[in-house]
Amino acid sequence: MSDATVNPPATAEPVHDDTIPEGYDDTQDHIGLPHDTSTGLSNTKLAMWMFLGSECLLFGGLISTYMLYRNRQGDAVGPDQLWDIPFTSATSFVLLMSSLTMVLAVTSAQRRDERRARLWLVVTALLGGLFLSGQVYEFTVFYREGLGYTTSLFASSFYTLTGFHGVHVAVGIIMLLSLVAMLAKNRIVGDKAETIEMVGLYWHFVDVVWIVIFTLVYLIPA
Amino acid sequence: MAIIERPSSTPTATTEYVTPSASMGFLRRPVETSGWKSWAFTVDHKKIGIMYGVVAMLFFFVGGLEAVLIRAQLAQADGTILSADKYNQMFTMHATTMIFLFVMPMAAAFANYMIPLQIGARDVAFPRLNALSLWTFVFGGIFLNTSWVLGGAADGGWFMYAPNSSVPFSPTNGVDFWVLGLLITGIASQVGAINLIVTCLNMRAPGMSLMRMPIFTWMAMVVQFLLLFAIPVITVALFLLMFQRNFDATFFSVEEGADPLLWQHLFWIFGHPEVYIIVLPAFGIISEVLPTFARKPLFGYPFVVFSGAAIGFVGFGVWAHHMFAAGLGPISVAVFSVATMAIAVPTGVKIINWTLTLWGGKLWFTTAMLFAIGLIVQFTIGGLSGVTHAVAPSDTQQTDTYYIVAHFHYVIFGGAVLGLFAGIYYWWPKVFGKMLNENWGRANFWFMIIGMNLTFGPMHIIGLQGQPRRMYVWTENRAGEGFFNLGFWNLVSTVGTVILAIGALLFLVNVWVSRKNPPAPEDPWDARSLEWLTTSPPKEHNFDRTPTVHALDEFFHRKYEDVGENGQHDFKKVATAEELLAEEEANADAHIHLPSPSYWPIVLAFSMPVLAYGIIYSTLLIIVGAAIAILALFGWALEPPTAPEDDFDPPSPTDGGEPSKELVTSV
Repeated sequence: MSDATVNPPATAEPVHDDTIPEGYDDTQDHIGLPHDTSTGLSNTKLAMWMFLGSECLLFGGLISTYMLYRNRQGDAVGPDQLWDIPFTSATSFVLLMSSLTMVLAVTSAQRRDERRARLWLVVTALLGGLFLSGQVYEFTVFYREGLGYTTSLFASSFYTLTGFHGVHVAVGIIMLLSLVAMLAKNRIVGDKAETIEMVGLYWHFVDVVWIVIFTLVYLIPA
Repeated sequence: MAIIERPSSTPTATTEYVTPSASMGFLRRPVETSGWKSWAFTVDHKKIGIMYGVVAMLFFFVGGLEAVLIRAQLAQADGTILSADKYNQMFTMHATTMIFLFVMPMAAAFANYMIPLQIGARDVAFPRLNALSLWTFVFGGIFLNTSWVLGGAADGGWFMYAPNSSVPFSPTNGVDFWVLGLLITGIASQVGAINLIVTCLNMRAPGMSLMRMPIFTWMAMVVQFLLLFAIPVITVALFLLMFQRNFDATFFSVEEGADPLLWQHLFWIFGHPEVYIIVLPAFGIISEVLPTFARKPLFGYPFVVFSGAAIGFVGFGVWAHHMFAAGLGPISVAVFSVATMAIAVPTGVKIINWTLTLWGGKLWFTTAMLFAIGLIVQFTIGGLSGVTHAVAPSDTQQTDTYYIVAHFHYVIFGGAVLGLFAGIYYWWPKVFGKMLNENWGRANFWFMIIGMNLTFGPMHIIGLQGQPRRMYVWTENRAGEGFFNLGFWNLVSTVGTVILAIGALLFLVNVWVSRKNPPAPEDPWDARSLEWLTTSPPKEHNFDRTPTVHALDEFFHRKYEDVGENGQHDFKKVATAEELLAEEEANADAHIHLPSPSYWPIVLAFSMPVLAYGIIYSTLLIIVGAAIAILALFGWALEPPTAPEDDFDPPSPTDGGEPSKELVTSV
């Protein structure tokens, strides 16, 4: 438990002054949040980090399964015939850029520029959607080239791993869009910037996992 | 209830002035304070803890019945009570029920009830998630057990080794129920783990540093970390098996080139931490019980804490000792063998600490104390046979024999179950405000301890004689002569099971005969930790005044003053629990905010078995389940955790200006 919160020095230069409402007290928003807890981190933030920690093990298990089976395709198509590295690099780049827009959304929210935060959230969701479309396109191409879900051990483990990641991205997009709607209708309870930051943490995690998957699955030669 | 009230000695009837407002526009928030609705929609960690305990106890008797049937089948050579198929289902479900539906939820019951009280909090960090954990576990457990009437239960053993658990070898839906049921209960554990870790780290009262946390809270927190990192691994394994069985993937089909060790590794990376998930809560409980009844502080508190944490860490590095017979190669076997011996060290540290806590203490042999001492003795026996498994060559002889069964029942029954019963007897007056009968309690204890030794003791002999596990019959032909006769020891084991079952039933008898006991004193055991610094049963808001903690064993130090001189300690009682409680009440906090009940946790939990039945039977059910889940998720997200002020009516004029019933508009 820390002591009562201290107001920032009055001389601190305000950022984007025009976006801060008149008479806004920066300390008020945090009542019941970080300063109330034993660690100084808010409950939600700590919980999100715990959740992401356990997600590492989930993807760890799936990635291990893939690494075990990555060359077990028998006579069926294998990675060498399938991968289109330039295409997947492009969609990976799109996903990574969505992390940038997510950061912009969080900083806008922290500056209380809600309109811009909503805009960046929509852009993030769109970039995520673009990545997902790329994945769907890629899956379709692979399927046409003869890689069904049960074609080989390689196929099953590849689709399971990337499918799980795709579902995570999809859930992230749903959260982003819900967030935009809830912001618009003013239905968010508590600190808005922190709520956005929580979705942001999840989003960055999903991106980081993709970097690992992209490296291990696509870039390392079979 | 999100009532902001001034606590008073008179019970406050909150329903009188609370009316719900619409949540999500079409559902009113539940406000009942009595009746089934006050339980089904509650977010109070105490009610949730009690429900966890009751349901877990129910499954304890289901699992016990399965055990009795197993032993009845094996009482004599060529038993005919169960068919081979039913026998396979029986031992699979016995283990699954006891581990996932009794020991883990029972530990969760204590963790839920006690952690907030022990750290001086008013509730857990996420009360609605807490309710979600409970109902997910309840629905998952029921779902798992419906397989008995829907074509037969799972029959692959609790480890469910693939490919033996794939469709050609287990064609009924039993394994599907098992996979989906464990995925559901896994969600319960995962959510609970995150919730309780955040509670332990973030919700501590002023002054409650980590090294002042009561030891049960510490051990429970280590368990939550183990769950946090172990559950996702089995989740992966379960998903792979589900895809194998329901969607024709070939992850475990050896004929397709799959590696049969994949399942074993994934399962035991979860399965070995699971062993400590099972036993550490019991360690925590008896580390509270022993000091209380020895009237001494726990010997070497920091050592107990750090050895618990060490067990947690090393517990993730020993899984392959379950696979010594799988042909891992000499280096792996040697490494895991040494690591396994190493983990005996922190466990031994704990046993030494408990023994030295007893040493020189003024022992008070209550039922709780008997169970706690029973744990030390029985667990040590199980620990010693465990070290013989750590030696790989010796383990190779014992693999798949009854010797293994003897070992893990000594650690799980002798460790976890005895510890949980110690906790039940110790905290019963705290939770229900009345004592359990001590005479029936002692009978309960002795029947259980004699029963367990007669049941599991002979299994050492049976196992070393070579009787394999999981075989539905044994034959007279190779039963052996004299002392080592299998027939004799199998019969002894079955008789022991009956005694053990009577012991377990005596607990129910005790609950029944104790139901009309007079109210217990506030501090019946002269206890030491913070959960006793409130009434029994605790008020809805736990503490009248948020306690400020100055020491480990805070409650003890508030009652006793050190009057020793020249470095000697001599504690003199300066206050009774009643006086301390009266003081707390007189200085009660003015405004107490409690989280509000909610429909959404139970609705969301209900969607999961619907989804699971859908995966087995029909896509239509998947759609229905998903719709319920989406509705619940959005209802949840749009509902504030604490009901807004306009959910409550202004105080009615009939209150007569009673301050306790006045609504306060600002914190």
